Amino acid sequence: MATVTPSVAPAAAPPAKGRPRRPRVWRGVVLVVAALYFVVPLLASFVFTVDDPSTGFTLDAYGQIFSAEGFGRSLLLSLGLGLVTIALVLVLTLPAMIAVRLAAPRLRTPLEVVCTLPLVVPPITFVAGISTVLRWGPDYLASTPFYQTIIAVQNPDFPLVLVFAYVVLALPFVYRSLDAGLGAIDVRTLSEAARNLGASWPHVVFRVIIPNLRSGLASAGFLTLALVLGEFTIAQLLSFQTFPVWIYTISGSQAQVSVAVSVFSLLITWLLLLLLSSAGARQRSGS
Amino acid sequence: MTGNRTRSKGWLAAVPLLAFIALIFGVPLLVLLGGTFTRDGSVSAANLTESLQGAYLTALLGSVKISAVVAVAGGVLGTFLAQAIVTSRFRALREAVLTASGVLANFGGVPLAFAWIATLGNSGVVTQAFGLSDHGWNLYNFWGLTLVYLYFSIPLMVLTVVPALDGLRPQWREAAQNNGANTWQFWRYVGVPVLAPTLLGGFVLLFGGSFAAYATAKAMVGGSVPLVTLQIDAALSGNVLIGHENVALALSLDMIVIAGLVMAVYLPLQKRSARWLR
Repeated sequence: MATVTPSVAPAAAPPAKGRPRRPRVWRGVVLVVAALYFVVPLLASFVFTVDDPSTGFTLDAYGQIFSAEGFGRSLLLSLGLGLVTIALVLVLTLPAMIAVRLAAPRLRTPLEVVCTLPLVVPPITFVAGISTVLRWGPDYLASTPFYQTIIAVQNPDFPLVLVFAYVVLALPFVYRSLDAGLGAIDVRTLSEAARNLGASWPHVVFRVIIPNLRSGLASAGFLTLALVLGEFTIAQLLSFQTFPVWIYTISGSQAQVSVAVSVFSLLITWLLLLLLSSAGARQRSGS
Repeated sequence: MTGNRTRSKGWLAAVPLLAFIALIFGVPLLVLLGGTFTRDGSVSAANLTESLQGAYLTALLGSVKISAVVAVAGGVLGTFLAQAIVTSRFRALREAVLTASGVLANFGGVPLAFAWIATLGNSGVVTQAFGLSDHGWNLYNFWGLTLVYLYFSIPLMVLTVVPALDGLRPQWREAAQNNGANTWQFWRYVGVPVLAPTLLGGFVLLFGGSFAAYATAKAMVGGSVPLVTLQIDAALSGNVLIGHENVALALSLDMIVIAGLVMAVYLPLQKRSARWLR
């Protein structure tokens, strides 16, 4: 080409010749450095847990996880909190979001703002507020039934106060997942068609809207579960032994086991998030 | 008639959610605000003044500094990584990096700290293998914490900018080249201005993530790096002068104000960049 049209080519030819090679070099460098940075800590953590200075390779640390004091209790507590949080956050947000779409569109922006607000408030400031309420509450409410409520939500076997706090933390993510899900289906047409065919409102919600929202609900649920399983700040400052708090507690005495549990809890979280992203991919290819 | 009835019902269905938020989210924030301006039972700005002095101010500035460094470094590195996979011809590479980013962006808290301690801590695998301690390596300082925060910040940036980079149409580049622009001029006058809202939005997200981070710092550096989250923890745990407990609330208010100002930049930008993602 360059020899055929010499009058135009000189300006264009050098970049055209250099371009395909140069980007490949920087791209390779970027990808290799990124791969090292992201893979080495994962590999190193695994090596750290299986390498015993005296005996060499051993999986003892992973065996010790299950016999360690408090493992089962804290993991079950975190899972239980996660499931109850998912149930509560969906029961609260789904009807509100459907109703706002169908009947009160003017409420939509305020609802979005309110549901996004928890992103602005760092969890540690939120727990500073909560712990103050829990500390002051008994002083002011001692003679009312609220006093018993404040004691009851702090039951260490199942601290409902954590569920309430986690619902607030999960709101922005749940709102976004459900909003995307509701945006992908025509809620108004679906519900009006169902109503015209004689369906009651509960029937519309449970048999028409929810089945169409499956992937949005699943992603909201997975995100909430991942959030609750990893949440440390609020549980630690309110002194409840959830799973992440337990990992932190044992790190002082058993370093190897605590890293092993970290790897283990990572695998759980990753499994959840991979399930979530594959559910999302199926949704995209389906629609 | 039916329309009116549905409308009034619609209000009712949103009431439980709004009431819940008001009670669980609103009341603690109001108490926080009230407590900040109360000392020894009377109205006073003493807590707020104290929270902006001495060690507390150092911690607040330390948090802002590490968040800014992470936001800029993570933003730039994340953008380069994103550009590397967007321009790559291998579709599998792109999918793998995006999936891994989705997972790693959510990797934080205590496990992240322990993974890095096992890698580059004093008895970490890499530290031991290369004898880094002899060369003065120390993970438990400002730059060590920055390195760890980048681990979840870069993937978050990748997830944020990839859609925007996909939106950069090849035609724009061809048009620029036809007009005689070189690569630098294309990015300077076309690429970066188009991407600017997304990039700034990404910086804000990264800043907020590092600013609010507590678990990783607590498990990793304890108190050796001054951070406002660690100071709030100390003050809440009773590690303050008697009668000064509400300093924790004042520090929290400082944090919310800073996070709020930064997010206030983000929200309108998100709307603007949404235009390019279509």
